[in-house]
Parts: sequence; structure tokens; C-alpha cells
Amino acid sequence: MRNSRVIALALGAVLATAPAGAQDGADPGVPAAPPERVVSMNLCTDQLAMMLADDDQLHSVSYLSQQARGSALVEQARQYVPNRALAEEIYLMDPDLVIAGSFSDRTTLDMLRRLDVPVAVFEPAGNLSDIRDRVRRMGAVLHREEAADRMVARFEARLAELSAQAPPEGARPSAALYSANGWSSGGKTLPGQIVTAAGFDLVADDFGLAWGGFLPLELLAMSDPDAVITGQPYPADSRAEEILDHPVVAHLKRDSMRGIVSDQDWSCGTPLVLDAIARLSDARLAASGAGR
Amino acid sequence: MTRLMLVLSALVLALTGAALVIGPANAPYGDSLAALFVDDGTPLTLVMREIRLPRAILALAIGASLGMAGAAMQGYLRNPLADPGLIGVSASAALGAVLAIQTGLAAAFAFGLPLAALAGAVLGVVLVLALAGPRGASITLILAGIVVSSLAGALTSLVLNLSPNPFAASEIVFWMMGSLADRSMDHVWLALPLIALGLALLATLTRGLEALTLGEDAAQALGINLTRLRLTLVVGTAAVVGASTAVAGTIGFVGLVVPHLLRPFVGARPGALLWASALGGAAMLLAADILVRVVLPTKDLKLGVVTALVGAPLFLHLIYKTRRQMA
Repeated sequence: MRNSRVIALALGAVLATAPAGAQDGADPGVPAAPPERVVSMNLCTDQLAMMLADDDQLHSVSYLSQQARGSALVEQARQYVPNRALAEEIYLMDPDLVIAGSFSDRTTLDMLRRLDVPVAVFEPAGNLSDIRDRVRRMGAVLHREEAADRMVARFEARLAELSAQAPPEGARPSAALYSANGWSSGGKTLPGQIVTAAGFDLVADDFGLAWGGFLPLELLAMSDPDAVITGQPYPADSRAEEILDHPVVAHLKRDSMRGIVSDQDWSCGTPLVLDAIARLSDARLAASGAGR
Repeated sequence: MTRLMLVLSALVLALTGAALVIGPANAPYGDSLAALFVDDGTPLTLVMREIRLPRAILALAIGASLGMAGAAMQGYLRNPLADPGLIGVSASAALGAVLAIQTGLAAAFAFGLPLAALAGAVLGVVLVLALAGPRGASITLILAGIVVSSLAGALTSLVLNLSPNPFAASEIVFWMMGSLADRSMDHVWLALPLIALGLALLATLTRGLEALTLGEDAAQALGINLTRLRLTLVVGTAAVVGASTAVAGTIGFVGLVVPHLLRPFVGARPGALLWASALGGAAMLLAADILVRVVLPTKDLKLGVVTALVGAPLFLHLIYKTRRQMA
């Protein structure tokens, strides 16, 4: 059994050099029968799969999901076998469904398809409304539609609740998302929508960076935002992140809003972004309560 | 000679003023300068004092460093192709700086970063001088420089690739090309003491370098201690290049272009060329830094790109001239 799989893998490696072509049309996104041994190889699909999968349905998640740096569900992810998104290791896990992100390595996915492993590819959620679609689609591929519908209903209810707390146009404080190299996300990105849903106006939008872009430190200083939201630094220093410790950024991070960082809950389009929105809303209320 | 210094000083002053008032914030020039001196409570003061002032000071100091170091090396080796960037001194300084940052030395000890870069630069200068020989014949000098700079560059890339920080690898460009974007006053205080020390050391070389134009024996007969001269040159160059590279990365060609352009104006006297090249280097780097801000304000165009675009054709011209002389 093992041997024949290794031979098939070697064969697949040889065939992988041939062009893909026709197979792309028949995307085995939704399997006919409920899958019983699912492997997810992307941090964000991991989280959706863990939230929706039935007991024993999910076999493996990416190793990133077990690391606190980017993963919001570390404890839960440790119950599964970690994978490093390599075709060889995933094939040997003998899955009946592989779930990947659209940024997963194409050659890996092509090889898995060639070896007759069904692959479902998820686009990353680019905004809040995408999250509903992703939850429903994950429900469909796992044959867990009911759980997905319940999750969407809860998500929409809580999102509406949080949106209702946001102050009206004109009374909204301004916020800048600022990350390594001076990248600032705008209102057409998921992090930007988290911030606007929490009742802030985005500085990046004022500079025409709705899709995000490099915001020079000078322009950040001149816009004088009420809150500057930076990410969590990676281990070891880098010059790209040094900008986040610049005296100007430190000065702009007002005391009342200093605690806000974009953490694990921000990295993926899952219902977990609601927690991020709630924390931001609380910080906004606390700051306005302090009579800033 | 004094007229040249006056003209260069005026140029540096004008460019410093321009560097302070030009930037993406695009405030009126008068308001900008006023905000620099008087804290009017607007964000403009923050921009002027914390962003533009450190950047202008660093461009001034680093340009002067690279210009003077180039003039000193060229005078000592009696070879117009010597330049700290080209012969690998900057690259070894960058390796020292990267090692200090990645091992945590820079965070543990305030002057860890510039001192590690200094150590790297000393290693680079000594290696190149040893390999090139005391006369610094063009071919051995350039070959030694190529070896040292590619080895140091490769090791820098290796260290950054091994870093657990995903951004570190993209920093290879910064360390190879140099930039002054988003430097703060902290960087100024980090670099300035060593730069001042190095410039002071290099400035004492005036007499020695002039005597050396007559040959080593004649210089010794004039009472020049060649061992001490060499030591001062090595430490001085390493100090200015190390401190500059630690905060701004590797900026090439300034030390090559500036002494070359100014040499005719000082009667080819290497001693007089030292301070003239310091001023000229400051002017060149200030101008280059203004250019990167005006041309591509949001892309952080690297300074080394601009200096190389100016410097590389000149370098080719110098090689061509050297070849004709050798033929």
C-alpha cells in the first residue's frame, strides 16, 4: 500500500512537468459524498475548517495554525496533524479532500490533482461580506451546510449589533493602519473594514489608498490620526518594522488607544474578526469617555 | 582654493535648506522652517524635527564621511579608483551591522550597532590593504575589493535569510543600496560621535598624504611615520564608513566621484582635497536624497541607485583612462 503510493507519487512528479490543461475546468470543489479525511494547507482555510468540521472529519492543518504568531486557534489546531503544504507529505496522508488557499503553491496543487486528490481552492476574503461566502462554501465542501448557516446567522447578527454602536458620519475618530515599511491599508481591504466597522474613518482613504499603499511617515504625521494601529512585530529585528518604533509613530499612538494592535484575529476572513471589531469599538468608547 | 571652499560651503548650505523644506508633506517653505525652530503645536513641527531634520543631518554627515574617506584612500594608495564602497569596506561594515542587529547586540547595548559596523569596516580595510599591497596597484586593489565586497555581501544575505523575521530578507536591498528614509534622531546620535572621530582622524592626514606624493622614501625622509599614517587611515576610514553604513546602508560611488571632480580645483594636492571632498560629498548626498524624495516619494528609491547611476559611468571612464596610461 505505502509502496504503491510512493510509486504513484514519483510518477506524479514526472507527470508534473507536463502542462496541466483540461483538468482545470473540472474543479472538484464540492465532493459528492461527505469527506472523511480532510487536509487543510492554508492558515485561513484551517480556521474555517476547524470551526465547521464534524468530529474526526479534519485530519491535518498547516503548521502555521499551531503557531501563536498568526493563528487565532492555536489550542484547537494542536489536536490535528500539522502539515507544511508539501505535495509529498499531503499525498501520503491519504486525504479524500484537500483545502487550499489561492496563494498556495500552484505546482503543489497541480500535482495533487494529477494524483487524483480532490482539491478545493479558497480565495482569501478581501472584505467583511466575503466572509459569509467563505463560511457557506466551507460548509458546502465539508457537507456541513447547516452548521455554516448557523454560523452566518450569528455572524450577521453580531456584526449588525456592532455596526449600530458606530458613531455617525462626522463624529467618527480617525485611525491609521500602519505596518512594516509604512504600508497603510484602506477601506477596501479586510483590515480596513474591521476598522471602519468599529466606527473609525481611515486615514489611508483620504490619501486615495483604499486598496492600501505606502504612506510616507511625513503624511502620517500631518494627518494626525486619533489612533494608529500597528501590527505585532515578528521575532528578531528588521528595518522594515523599525519604522513602527519611530518617534513620530510613538508620538501619534495616543495613550488611550495605545493598546490596539492588529493581531491574529485580523489575519483571516473568519467570524473571529468580530472580536477584533469589538475590541476596537471598546477602545474608541473608552477614549471618548475619557474626554479626549 | 579658499574660493572653492566658499562655493562648496554655500552649495552645502543651500542643499541643506532644500532638504529640510522638500518632502511629501508639501507644506509652504516658510512655515516649514518656522515650525522647525518654534514648536507651534501643529504636526508640522513633528515632521520637521523628527523626520526631515535627522534625515538632512545624516545626509550631510554621511556624505562628508564618504567623500573624505574616498579622498584619503585615493591619496594614500595614489590610485583614483579607491572608494570605500567599491573596495568592499562599506559591504563589510554592513555585514557587521547586520550581525549586530540579528544577534541582538544592537538592542542590548546602545553603541553596539555602529561599533559592530566599525569592526566590520576595519576588517574590510585591513583585508583589502593587505591583499592589494602597499602601493595599491589598480588591478590588485580592484580584485581585492571585488572579493571582499562580494563575500561580505553574500554573508550579509545569508544572515538576513536565516532570520526568523520574514521582512529581514527584503532588507538585503537596503544594506546593498542604502537609504535615509525614516531615520530618526536616535540614528543621528548613534552615528555622529563615530563620524566626528573619524573625520578628525582623517583630517590629520593632510601633511602625510601630501608628502606621500613624492614617494614613500621621500615621505619618510620628511619625517612622516608611515606606520602611524596607515593606522590613522584605517581607523579613520573604518569609523566614518562604519558609522555611516550602520544607519544608512551601503552607499557607493560618493567617495569615487567627488574627489575625482574636485581634484583639478585643488591643484591635485591630496591634503587639500580632503576637506573639499568632505563638502562635495555632503552636497552630492544631500542632492541625491532630495532627488529620491522628488522622483519617487512613496517608493523609497534607494540612494545607492542614484549615486551608482552617476558614479558608474565615471568609474568606467577612469578605468578606460587607467588602461590607456598602462598601455
